[in-house]
Amino acid sequence: MPDGGADFVRIEGLKRYFDVSAPWLVRKLEGRPRQVVQAVDGIDIEIAKGETFSLVGESGCGKSTVARLVVGLYPPTAGRIEFDGNDMAGRHSRSDMAALRRRMQMIFQDPFASLNPRWRVFDIIAEPIRAFGLSTGKADLEARVAALLRQVKLNPADGRKYPHEFSGGQRQRISIARALASEPEFLVCDEPTSALDVSVQAQILNLMVDLQRRLQLTYLFISHNLAVVYHISTRVGVMYLGRLVEVAPTDTLFRRPKHPYTRMLLDTIPDLEMTGRQRSPVGGEVPSPINPPSGCTFHPRCPFANDRCKAERPKALPIEGGTVACHAIEEGRLPIEDRTYALNT
Amino acid sequence: MAAASNNQPLLEVRNLRIEFPTRRGTLLAVDDVSFDIAPGEVLGVVGESGAGKSLTGNAIIGLLEPPGRVAGGEIRLEGRRIDNLPYEEMRKIRGARIGAIFQDPLTSLNPLYSVGRQLVETIQTHLPLSASQAKARAIELLQEVGIPGAEMRIDHYPHQFSGGMRQRVVIALALCAGPRLIVADEPTTALDVSIQAQIIALLKRLCREHGTAVMLVTHDMGVIAETADRVAVMYAGRVAEIGPVREVVKHAKHPYTKGLMGSIPSLGVRTERLTQIDGAMPRLTEIPPGCAFNPRCTFKGQRCLVERPNLMPAGATRAACWLHDSGGVGAPILKETVDA
Amino acid sequence: MAAASRSGFSGWLHRVSDSDVWWSFKSSPMTVAAAVATFLIIAVAFLSPVLAPHTPFDPATLSLSDGLKPPVLVSPDGEWAFPLGTDDQGRDVLSSIMYGTRLSLIVSLAAVAVAMVLGISLGLISGYFGGAIDAVIMRVADVQLTFPAILVALLIDGVVRGLISVKRHDEIAIFVVVGAIGLSFWVSYARTVRGSVMVEKNKEYVQAARVIGLSPLLIMVRHVLPNVTGPVLVIATLNLGLAIITEATLSFLGVGLPSTEPSLGTLIRLGNEVLQSGDWWITVFPGVTLAALVLAVNLLGDWLRDALNPKLR
Ligand SMILES: Nc1ncnc2c1ncn2[C@@H]1O[C@H](COP(=O)(O)OP(=O)(O)OP(=O)(O)O)[C@@H](O)[C@H]1O
Ligand SMILES: Nc1ncnc2c1ncn2[C@@H]1O[C@H](COP(=O)(O)OP(=O)(O)OP(=O)(O)O)[C@@H](O)[C@H]1O
Ligand code: SF4
Ligand code: SF4
Ligand SMILES: [Mg+2]
Ligand SMILES: [Mg+2]
Repeated sequence: MPDGGADFVRIEGLKRYFDVSAPWLVRKLEGRPRQVVQAVDGIDIEIAKGETFSLVGESGCGKSTVARLVVGLYPPTAGRIEFDGNDMAGRHSRSDMAALRRRMQMIFQDPFASLNPRWRVFDIIAEPIRAFGLSTGKADLEARVAALLRQVKLNPADGRKYPHEFSGGQRQRISIARALASEPEFLVCDEPTSALDVSVQAQILNLMVDLQRRLQLTYLFISHNLAVVYHISTRVGVMYLGRLVEVAPTDTLFRRPKHPYTRMLLDTIPDLEMTGRQRSPVGGEVPSPINPPSGCTFHPRCPFANDRCKAERPKALPIEGGTVACHAIEEGRLPIEDRTYALNT
Repeated sequence: MAAASNNQPLLEVRNLRIEFPTRRGTLLAVDDVSFDIAPGEVLGVVGESGAGKSLTGNAIIGLLEPPGRVAGGEIRLEGRRIDNLPYEEMRKIRGARIGAIFQDPLTSLNPLYSVGRQLVETIQTHLPLSASQAKARAIELLQEVGIPGAEMRIDHYPHQFSGGMRQRVVIALALCAGPRLIVADEPTTALDVSIQAQIIALLKRLCREHGTAVMLVTHDMGVIAETADRVAVMYAGRVAEIGPVREVVKHAKHPYTKGLMGSIPSLGVRTERLTQIDGAMPRLTEIPPGCAFNPRCTFKGQRCLVERPNLMPAGATRAACWLHDSGGVGAPILKETVDA
Repeated sequence: MAAASRSGFSGWLHRVSDSDVWWSFKSSPMTVAAAVATFLIIAVAFLSPVLAPHTPFDPATLSLSDGLKPPVLVSPDGEWAFPLGTDDQGRDVLSSIMYGTRLSLIVSLAAVAVAMVLGISLGLISGYFGGAIDAVIMRVADVQLTFPAILVALLIDGVVRGLISVKRHDEIAIFVVVGAIGLSFWVSYARTVRGSVMVEKNKEYVQAARVIGLSPLLIMVRHVLPNVTGPVLVIATLNLGLAIITEATLSFLGVGLPSTEPSLGTLIRLGNEVLQSGDWWITVFPGVTLAALVLAVNLLGDWLRDALNPKLR
């Protein structure tokens, strides 16, 4: 972990529930109960300055919700988010809050929806600079935007164009340039390459790694692609139905996965090396987050589940530099084994 | 699972060209594409977004959306030409001989009818079965695609199924009349990784058990590597390389395919940076003369700028690249402004 | 903005002539004809003080001896001074139509503007904030929709008439009509804008603006509004035709503009009263003008709807 020491971003007991019940009248007339999605259900994360912390998990497990909570798009139902020692929900003056916001930015998944189609690229990138009053004048603003465009390997003359004149990969570069415009230290990236082709994905991932090194950025990186996560992360958190089931340094997670769900996810990675390894299809479907299973929410799909798993929610236990929330690991029922991967030749 | 070698291919695509008339002139979206699929074979078609994969697939199932049109070449199924058939006749072939699976399972299913009704209707359109026979066959199909409790679930509506199960229902629909060829356009893209594995396993099993050939269109190399026997790599409307999947993945011959393979992050080795191909695939209006890949290619020579390479034998695959021609790429290009 | 200002007007012209919308316009002869017709009618109407051969509603210029002259082309009794004939007061029908069209256009444009401002604001608020505010606005809209526009206008007109004297009423009649039509048309704007806002506000570019802490008002005005202009423009054009008709209907029913200041609708009503005596031209020519204007405007609106709909392109 670069820098180590004080935690730059600290998330404690974070919860976010969504009320998805039918309207009050309908509910009363038809005698339906309230329905609440427990999108994020008690999560603790600490991210050190300069590292890339990744969240992985299946669709609907709450990754995007965590991202939105962190940048303040949703207020949390419970829990706290600390950024560089500041409680984000605490009382701040307007200018203090703006100063905090300036230091964190978000990159979105869809390069076609994340840029206002009616705005020129120049204005899209200039918006945060203007909003935070960072530039000293028109010439300075133009110089800043040009520098940002160059930083993401686009041409400053591209500022005059509209988003639809660019390909998906180029648009994602524009999003990155915009996110960098307020000179943030912390970037939340919600599936920044999921909508892109692999060759374009490689360009964007390389760019993100370069920028991180040059600007000492800290990333919260969200993806469902384990190979991408393996490539880019310092540490990885595995989410299942709104909870973190395992957190570990990247190499440890991929070499010695502990939680049964992590192991299962690793088994689903397509085998490009063609060693003849069969992807073992995961049994069962992702349960609904509206009525999550009791105890360990993974128990209906877990081959190691026992009665305790059905009744008691497992706690996150420290192990090998990370944490795991699983009774079988705690009880020593489930041995931890090393995995090997065929090397790309 | 190697393709049958001597007998006639199930599907032959020869010099297929697909055009779009637009106000700025005619766009050539698919340019001189040729390939075969043998009975029981899985041909993977990969390529970047806009490379022309879906258009090729749609032309084969006769569902090219106007103003797109087949402007040249021919498509033969079991030796019979199908690219110039009238709509009605093509519609019969489409259900009976060719099945189609699309990316979004919800758009292929009618939300207003139960899954069973949709299956029974499709079965009865193509096979002379009574209602009860058709229903029995529908249940059989659902079981075959791995839907637990098929007898009960047959009366459920599409929204009561999860994404993975819906895609299985779509596969069951495509299988109704026992087609010889299935064109699957991004069948797993909208699905979770874990469910993706289930669908891939299912497709593979169906090919093995029924000898159905599959044209699997996707941009996910991982899916191809696991499923396909052969793979065609498309770039800017042309086939850049085609060959046995193992060869293409491990010993790619075309510079684009090589770059593509290098840019896939893999487990096992962690490198600082991924290999990347600079630049982007040209738009249809800006395809350069000569080799379409030449602006991004590090091996190019003078010949690549003017003369267009066709597929030629390159090791165990066939690649459209002058590097594999006895004439080579021509004189080196000395000075060139390389765009960052 | 710096980049935008540099390209200037010629840049704008170039972009317009290069755009898909312009292309679709050029390739539809019907639309071009409709546009030309609309433009001609509007230009002639607004230039009527200059172009009209007479000032028909200045009593000083009228002479009863000119009364009930038929159009020149159909009857030897006609005079070239009054090409479309005159009414019983000796007013030139052509000039009346020109002035009347001008008034009809002013009223309907103003009414559409009122409806737009009202509808867009309510739609934006409804869509962006949702919840209770949204529910209230949309229920009001539902109720409003169950009354036809004419009824709403009649209602408002009736209320206003009850409150003030007849003489005062004639003076403010134009505002009453504008207000009444405007009020009865806001619902379609509010609904469309609300729908678009609900789609747009969940788009990631709006969220990106929220991440940098912009206020909801700024986000609505800067980001959401420009993206809903397309559908609003279409409704406005189609509404213009409807507003012209509604105004004509109100005036025809005698609750619109007073006969001292006649619009197309008033002219038709006045002509209608003497239709029995065979003086058809007094009512037919204003009627034809009204039909042509509404048809042309509606054709433009239909084309605009298709041109701005990417799915139909
Ligand atoms: N605004 C909302 N209102 C109601 N439910 C929501 C809302 N946002 C998210 N959810 C629900 O919360 C759960 C988690 O959603 P989230 O978008 O965080 O998942 P995710 O892990 O990002 O999935 P994906 O990989 O598909 O993006 C889902 O069940 C989703 O339906
Ligand atoms: N209706 C159309 N008009 C003009 N061009 C079109 C039309 N439909 C497709 N194209 C163009 O044809 C090319 C090939 O499209 P196609 O859908 O086959 O791509 P693809 O390889 O399937 O990409 P993706 O991975 O995005 O599905 C694209 O460049 C596209 O812009
Ligand atoms: S706690 Fe029990 S059910 Fe949950 S993962 Fe561990 S063994 Fe499986
Ligand atoms: S033909 Fe030339 S430009 Fe094209 S891929 Fe081969 S070497 Fe590169
Ligand atoms: Mg998400
Ligand atoms: Mg496609």
